[in-house]
Amino acid sequence: MKTLADLRAMKEKAKREMTARDENTKYRIVVAMGTCGIAAGARNVMSAILDEINKRDIADTIVTQTGCLGYCDQEPLVQVFQQNKKVVTYGKITPEIARRIVAEHIVGEKILTEQVFMQN
Amino acid sequence: MYRIHILMAMDSHTIAQGSREVKEALIRDLALAGISDEVKIVETGSLGISNKGVVLVVFPDDVYYVNVTTNDIPDIISEHLIKGRIVERLHYKKAAVGKGGEKKDERLGKQVRVVLKNAGIIDPQSIEEYIAEDGYEALGHAVTEMTPEQVREEVKKSGLQGRGGAFFPAGIKWDFAAGTEADQKYIICNADEGEPGTFKDRLILEGDPHSIIEGMALAGYAVGATKGYVYIRGEYRMSIEHVQIAIDSARENGLLGQGIFASDFDFDLEIREGAGAYICGEETALIESIEGRRGEPRDKPPFPPAEGLWGKPTVVNNVETLANIPQIILKGAKWYRNFGTEKSPGTKVFTMVGNINNPGLIEVPMGITLREIIYNIGGGIPNGKGFLLAQMGGTTGGILIEEHLDLPMTVETLRGIGAGLGSGALLVVDDSQCPVDLVKNFVEFFNHESCGKCTLCREGTGRLHELLSRLTSGRGEEKDIELVQVLSATMMRGAFCGLGQAAPVPILGCLRYFKDVFIRHASEHVCAANKCEMEAVAETIAA
Repeated sequence: MKTLADLRAMKEKAKREMTARDENTKYRIVVAMGTCGIAAGARNVMSAILDEINKRDIADTIVTQTGCLGYCDQEPLVQVFQQNKKVVTYGKITPEIARRIVAEHIVGEKILTEQVFMQN
Repeated sequence: MYRIHILMAMDSHTIAQGSREVKEALIRDLALAGISDEVKIVETGSLGISNKGVVLVVFPDDVYYVNVTTNDIPDIISEHLIKGRIVERLHYKKAAVGKGGEKKDERLGKQVRVVLKNAGIIDPQSIEEYIAEDGYEALGHAVTEMTPEQVREEVKKSGLQGRGGAFFPAGIKWDFAAGTEADQKYIICNADEGEPGTFKDRLILEGDPHSIIEGMALAGYAVGATKGYVYIRGEYRMSIEHVQIAIDSARENGLLGQGIFASDFDFDLEIREGAGAYICGEETALIESIEGRRGEPRDKPPFPPAEGLWGKPTVVNNVETLANIPQIILKGAKWYRNFGTEKSPGTKVFTMVGNINNPGLIEVPMGITLREIIYNIGGGIPNGKGFLLAQMGGTTGGILIEEHLDLPMTVETLRGIGAGLGSGALLVVDDSQCPVDLVKNFVEFFNHESCGKCTLCREGTGRLHELLSRLTSGRGEEKDIELVQVLSATMMRGAFCGLGQAAPVPILGCLRYFKDVFIRHASEHVCAANKCEMEAVAETIAA
C-alpha cells in the first residue's frame, strides 16, 4: 500500500465483507423459515438468493430469516425491506423466482408485480 | 456472501469460560446443518459483558447470547440461524455494545464509544476489518496532508489528557519531545497495566490493537520519532499475541516501515514484555526495564521527553491515550470536545468491579456522575445491599462515599476532594464490608510491590501493614490510628515515586470518612461488619 487511494480501495473491499454487520444497508431480504416455510422449500429459496447475490457481487443488502408469517398456504414467502418504502412480500417463491427477485427488484429496482402477495 | 456473522468475544475472560470450545462446537454443528458457507464466525475482543460466561452476537439481527455452552449450539443453529427464532433462555436483552463513536445508543445508557468503537465489533486479528472502520485513514491523512506541528496542534486543541492516571496534557508532552533536538527519538506505549482491578488497556489491546499502532505512528510523526516500543506486561499473553499480529500485518501492508504512504516518514515498532513488576508502570522504571536494567524509577527531572530511553527524547503514552489519537486526527479536536467537559474533554474507559450487578468495561463521557455509572450502567448493587464507598482509579485511588454520588466526575472536581480518575478502575464496595479490612488488604499489596529503592516506601508500607493488621486483629490502640495518619502524610510528601506517594491515599480517604469505624476497632476491638477476626479479644475472653 503506497497511497491514501490504495487504503480507500482496501477499505471498500473490506466493508463489503462486513455487510452483515451493517445496520444501514439499503435492502434487507427476509426469508420466512417457519416449519411451513421450510416444508415448502424455503431453504432452497434462501440458497438461491445467497448464490445470486454472490454471483452479482451485490453490496448493501443483507439476507436474514424469520419465523412463520401466518400465511402458510403462500409459503415460501420472501420479504424485501427498504427504508421509507412499503414492505414487499412475495408468495409461493421458487428458487428461480428468488433469483429474479435479486436480479429485478434489488439490482433493477423494479418490483415483480405478478409475484407480490402483499405490500404494506 | 455470508448472510450471518457471529461475533464471539475472545478475550481472556471468555476464553477461561470456554469460548474456544464453544467455537469448535459451532464450526462442527454448522457443518452438520450444512450452512457453513452461510455463516461467518468472527473472533472479536471483549463485548463489554463480564461474568456472563461465553458471549456471542448474531448479526444482522444484533442478538446477544450469554452463558452459551457447547450444548446450546444445536438450538442456536436450528432455532435462530435456520428458523429465525431467538433462543430466549440465552438472550441478553440489554446489549452492551453499540457501534459508532458519535452515535449514542440508548441501550448503552450514557455510554459513548470513542476508544472502544471497534472493540467487540471487528476481528482484531484482521487489518482489513480495522481498515473498513476508517483504520489508518488518520495516519495517511496526517503524513501526506499535515505537518507534524499541525498534528500536535490538533491534539493540544482537543485537550486530551494522559489516560494512564496523571492526566497530563498529551499535546504538551509531545511538544516537549518535539522541541528537543536529537538524532533519535522514541515513542513508548505503556501497556504495563498493573493496577489491581484495572483491565481496560488489556481489553483495548486485545480488541483493537491496530488503534494503538496507528496512535503510536501518529505520535512518532508528530514528534519526529522513528522507533516505538509497546511495553506490555508479560501476563497479558493475548494482548502480546494480538499486537504482534497487528504489527506484522501493518508491516506487510506498508503501514509500518520506511516511507509510509510514500512520504519520507519512517516508523517501526517492537514489543517489549514486562515481567510483572507493578513499579514498571511508572514511566522511568519502565524505561529502565526496556534498557535491560532492574525496574526502578529515575530521578526527575530530566523527564523522558527531554532524556528518556537510552538518553534520547521519549514520549511515554498510555494505551487509552494512544487509542484516542487516530479519532482526534480523523474527526478533529472540535468533534472530540463534544464529549466531556470544558476542562476534561473526551471520554474515559472504566473497568467496574466489586459489589456491582454488571461488572465490566464501559466508556463514558467525562463529567458523568458516579450514581449514573453505578445505578444506571452498572445495574446497582447486588443482594439488596447499600452503598458504602467507591474507590476510583485503582488501589491508589481516592475514596468516594454517598455524598459524592452526584458529583460530576472530572479531573478537577475529583482533585478537589483528594481523589482522581486514576487508571480507570472503579471498585464498588457495599455496606457489608469493613473499610479497615479493605485498606489493610490494599497496603499488603503495596508492601509486596514496593521496589525498595527508597526507605519511606519500603519501610512505610511495611509499618502501615503492621499497624492496620493490629487494628483488624483486635490488638490495636487508638494511638495506632494516629501513627497511621502521621506515617501516611510523611510518605505522601517524601516517597521517591508515585507508588509510595499514592499508597496512603485510600487509607487517609477511609480514615476521613469512616474514622468512627477505625476507633471502634481500636478502642472496643469490635468490627461491626464482622469482617475482621478479632482473635486477640477472643483469646482474652478465653483466658
